[in-house]
Amino acid sequence: MRVGVFICHCGSNIAGTVDVARAAAELRKVPGVAFATNYMYTCSEPGQEEIKQAIQREHLDRIVVAACSPRMHELTFRRTIEKAGLNRYFLEMANIREHISWVGLDKEANTNKAIETIKMAVAKVMQNRPLYSSSFKVNKRVLVIGGGVAGMQAALDCGDGGLEVVLVEKSPSVGGMMARLDKTFPTIDCSICILGPKMVDVAQHDKIKLYAYSEIEDIKGYVGNYQVKIRKKATYVDWIKCTGCGLCMEKCPSKNSYDYFNFGVAPTRAINIPFPQAIPKKAKIDPDFCRQFTKGKCGVCAKICPTGAIDYEMQDEIVTEDVGAIVVASGYGLIDMDKFPEYGAGRYPDVITGIQYERFLNASGPTEGHIVRPSDHAEPKTIVFVSCAGSRDKSLGIPYCSNFCCMYIAKQAILTKDHIPDSQSYVFYMDIRSPGKGYDEFTRRAQEDYGAKYVRGRVSRIYPKGKKMVVVGADTLLGTQVEVEADLVVLATAVTAAPGAAQLAEKLHISYDTFGFYVESHPKLRPVETNTSGVFLAGAAQGPKDIPASVGQGSAAAAKVLALFSKDMLESDPAVAKVNENTCVGCLKCKLTCPFGAIQEKELRGGKVVANVIETVCAGCGVCTSTCPCGAIQLSHFTDNQLLAEVNAICQK
Amino acid sequence: MSEVDPKELRIVGFLCNWCSYGGADTAGVSRFKQPTDLRIIRVPCSGRVDPLFIIKALLNGADGVLVSGCHPRDCHYSDGNFYARRRLEMLKRLLPFLGIDDKRFHYTWISASEGQRWQQTVTDFTRQIHRLGPLHSDKEAQP
Repeated sequence: MRVGVFICHCGSNIAGTVDVARAAAELRKVPGVAFATNYMYTCSEPGQEEIKQAIQREHLDRIVVAACSPRMHELTFRRTIEKAGLNRYFLEMANIREHISWVGLDKEANTNKAIETIKMAVAKVMQNRPLYSSSFKVNKRVLVIGGGVAGMQAALDCGDGGLEVVLVEKSPSVGGMMARLDKTFPTIDCSICILGPKMVDVAQHDKIKLYAYSEIEDIKGYVGNYQVKIRKKATYVDWIKCTGCGLCMEKCPSKNSYDYFNFGVAPTRAINIPFPQAIPKKAKIDPDFCRQFTKGKCGVCAKICPTGAIDYEMQDEIVTEDVGAIVVASGYGLIDMDKFPEYGAGRYPDVITGIQYERFLNASGPTEGHIVRPSDHAEPKTIVFVSCAGSRDKSLGIPYCSNFCCMYIAKQAILTKDHIPDSQSYVFYMDIRSPGKGYDEFTRRAQEDYGAKYVRGRVSRIYPKGKKMVVVGADTLLGTQVEVEADLVVLATAVTAAPGAAQLAEKLHISYDTFGFYVESHPKLRPVETNTSGVFLAGAAQGPKDIPASVGQGSAAAAKVLALFSKDMLESDPAVAKVNENTCVGCLKCKLTCPFGAIQEKELRGGKVVANVIETVCAGCGVCTSTCPCGAIQLSHFTDNQLLAEVNAICQK
Repeated sequence: MSEVDPKELRIVGFLCNWCSYGGADTAGVSRFKQPTDLRIIRVPCSGRVDPLFIIKALLNGADGVLVSGCHPRDCHYSDGNFYARRRLEMLKRLLPFLGIDDKRFHYTWISASEGQRWQQTVTDFTRQIHRLGPLHSDKEAQP
């Protein structure tokens, strides 16, 4: 066996704290190593060429690349050695950058650690066996989770690309947060005017199947072949019969239902269509408020409905869809107001959130676009905006910036002046963050053309005084205390992960960060991919982002799906479990532990029963391998021999 | 790290590819400094870790073994880490019967985004192993 070792300097990233030349010299002494060298940038084209040439010249048959994390470049180097004629699984990487050079300062200790880590990789690669992929068919349908602007963009792009799309939205209408906005920054475009046509396209697209008011129940399978169970929640209205006439909503006697669409700005009816442009425009009953459900009698809507669509006995329904890829665009949530007792949020009606204010500004909102104080419906003249309500506040566990609040506050200040010309807006801010195209000009316009007074400092307290709310804060530029008597206070509440984000991630087997936002495969180079192949991200589910970024990600995710589906067959990962039928005793403990149901019983000719792995179903976790009492089932590429070779390489003193 | 004895001990880490190996990468990318004693073996899932690997490591010269996987319910393979938890918890109770202090073995859950937590875990565990000193099974506390 002739192992070749290539140690990368990665510029000074590795060579700065690891003596790569000494490491190469040490490695040359290791039995089995025929060639060891160090190179400036192994991943560069000449670097890869060097590997190929060395394989030919030195007749190498196993390769170890000591460089960055295999999560970064394993695929790159597998392709390289394959081009030089070796099986791609004859490669091992030693992670001497992320795990060594970047985390230790002591060059001597780092170099020793690097040498040992490379020796481990050499020990493992000598145990590697050639593995070959098989190919399997792809189901070219895509599931999009979330019907906000990111999800709709992904669905439309996939649909236009000729793919069948299943779009699942948990609320009764698509549109998401953007459908609730009045105008959008920095152009002051009417939000629903630019979103509405997209929503109609989604509804009318012959490739898109929309499940509104539905949630993901369960997901099974793997890239190319997912089985998705979708729970269609009971609406108590037969949507095939419902014409969306709205008669039921007019006559419903239960007038104090919570309005989820308007974030509780004003009550709605127990049977309602969330907003005039809703897609699908169908009514649904909220059983928490409907008298038929709470008191057991009413039935007004059933009597009034001209098409007899009301069905109080309706149950949730589970449907199954088979798809090959999934785009997750499940959006974001907002922090609860009761997290800010010092701002009186939740206690004083005239302290509201940015999204609630948006509903007051909106012509299709509950006040038809008239700005009023919730307490007495008077027109407010002095309005205070408080930015970073929760954002960048470690004490609330939200150290991050919510990304778009600075911009929407500027927009709301501009719109306030448009609605009430004799009004005065104050904005308490920490920093103005406006790093987009035309964004900084926009925040300046709010101040210079619309006269919004920006005060740099945080608000410490808000308390009522007569009909006014007194906002107490600091002006850190002047170094003084500021008190503003306001008619209305708007808090730019922090963006959080969507409620239920973690549970959805667990169904999808994707990772989420401490805050519940989904983790992309690489923060810069793979922003819409996840580590689960076939699952892609779009929009604010991955982190707070504004409309242009969400739309961009929606299209990017669609492009990734279209690229994945450009082939009819996908190559399977051959690192799956294999059974040695000679040593298998047929206890089938592996079958019990396999999380994927990938193991079957198989009867051999003599009547002996053994385990048999269905290769395309096996995901390669190796739980079976550590379960098997006789070592008969081995996860390829991570066999007992391979892992023990690494253990022995470390533990030999 | 300055608090840890510069003379290295031998610590083996088994890290699952999807969460903890990624978490260690994140720690690297963020330049979170760590003691240098740990040697990392990448496994697909913490459920792949056979307790015998750990015993073998400890009997053959390792002074400590760390296993880290995805948080329970966040396993890339649905429930591989639940199997790991059962096995490793059993192992922890078995170690004293082999004459090995169970403090030499630790398992934990670290996600790919928790670089800081990884740094903390490595630092704490390394410190713990240094406190115990090199493993000579004959001198180890008997149960």
